[in-house]
Amino acid sequence: MSWDVLLHYAPALIRGFGVTIACWASGCALGLVLGFAVALGAEAPSRALRAVLRVYVEVLRGTPFLMQLFILYAGGPSLGLRLSATTAGVLGLGLYSSAYFSEIFRGAFAAVPRGLIEAAMSVGMAPFDILARVRAPIAFVAASPPIVNTLIVMSKETVVLSIITVPELMYEMQTMAAETFTAFDAIFAMAVFYWCLVEVVSRIGRRVEKRAAAFLVSHA
Amino acid sequence: MLVSAHSLGYLAQAAGVTVALSLAGIAFGFVIGTLVCVARVSGGPALARLGGAYVSVFRGVPLLVLLLFIYYFLPIVGLDVPALVAAIGGLSLSSGAYQAEILRGALNGVPRGQTEAATALGYSNLDLWRRILLPQALRISIPPMINEFILLIKASSLVSVVGIAEITRVSMNIASMTYRPLEAYVAGGLFYLAINLTLAGLGGLAERRALAGAR
Repeated sequence: MSWDVLLHYAPALIRGFGVTIACWASGCALGLVLGFAVALGAEAPSRALRAVLRVYVEVLRGTPFLMQLFILYAGGPSLGLRLSATTAGVLGLGLYSSAYFSEIFRGAFAAVPRGLIEAAMSVGMAPFDILARVRAPIAFVAASPPIVNTLIVMSKETVVLSIITVPELMYEMQTMAAETFTAFDAIFAMAVFYWCLVEVVSRIGRRVEKRAAAFLVSHA
Repeated sequence: MLVSAHSLGYLAQAAGVTVALSLAGIAFGFVIGTLVCVARVSGGPALARLGGAYVSVFRGVPLLVLLLFIYYFLPIVGLDVPALVAAIGGLSLSSGAYQAEILRGALNGVPRGQTEAATALGYSNLDLWRRILLPQALRISIPPMINEFILLIKASSLVSVVGIAEITRVSMNIASMTYRPLEAYVAGGLFYLAINLTLAGLGGLAERRALAGAR
């Protein structure tokens, strides 16, 4: 490992790390919001809406993330949609993850005990209140372990953004590798870095899982 | 449709490459996964740790990083392998870690009493695995394995970076030749969708048959 090279490129790498984290956080935040909306929409009385949402989820889960990024970033301009690489990357990550998050929320809503909803109805709570104060809080807790899991999967997907030239960590590393002929060192460092990141988040995830399980047992 | 029949022919060929790559990845990954799983479940403390480390590392490193690592690493140790070998190697190593976890989960689904009964009847360790644990674990793991296959088909799009003419790479070529990126990538995406929906359908069928067989 050539430390002086790494030191020289440290500012770019730190910037890249910041971009990685920012893309991950904003992409997943968008995905969570969209996913929640899609899960709610899947309960709509309109058959057409339900069918459209089903297609949305199947298409996004059935095609590779890289392909979706190409469609957004390279294909977008044909539809008048000119996005910067980073915007396309965040939007792409948001759309892709929303399909997974919506399935998680759908499952979590199904896990809310029916008796609680009936109790809320019988004391005269409005449908919105039942959602906001009974169903959503319980569903969020039930969904937290798989959400953390999906967050981990998405943290690894962020490296794909380097292919559409988003200046995140992988991109900066590859720039360094190309300019200094240290490809092996760079890739090795990336492998170690992501492994550490995933290990740390998984550990947090296991803690979240335990707490969620304890909460659901004590409240149901 | 603005993608010519010519391009669709290339894409169909590329779809064959995508499926072949993923099949190779699943097959070699299965061998790795089985070995890792056996090591973790009944291999003694040292082997179990090694298996655990394997799963942790290969699930933790993004596939793109792994692929580039293999691509750059092998020439350094003097092995000048073709891109295809690097691609299949990367897919297999990564899928092996996920399959090891699938098999471990499936083994937990085989009642513990059966292992005890087999031991009481004097089954050797090899016979226990060959005749009792693996056949049942494999049946339980059919649905998650189909799911893993679908994930691998999608993951194989990343081997386009080492220049293999699978769906994603061919779509990129068509996009740059025709200056119609939207049509090229949507067409490529539809090929993936067709493959994965077919797999999901087969998966549902296999699941129902496996359930019927278990009864």
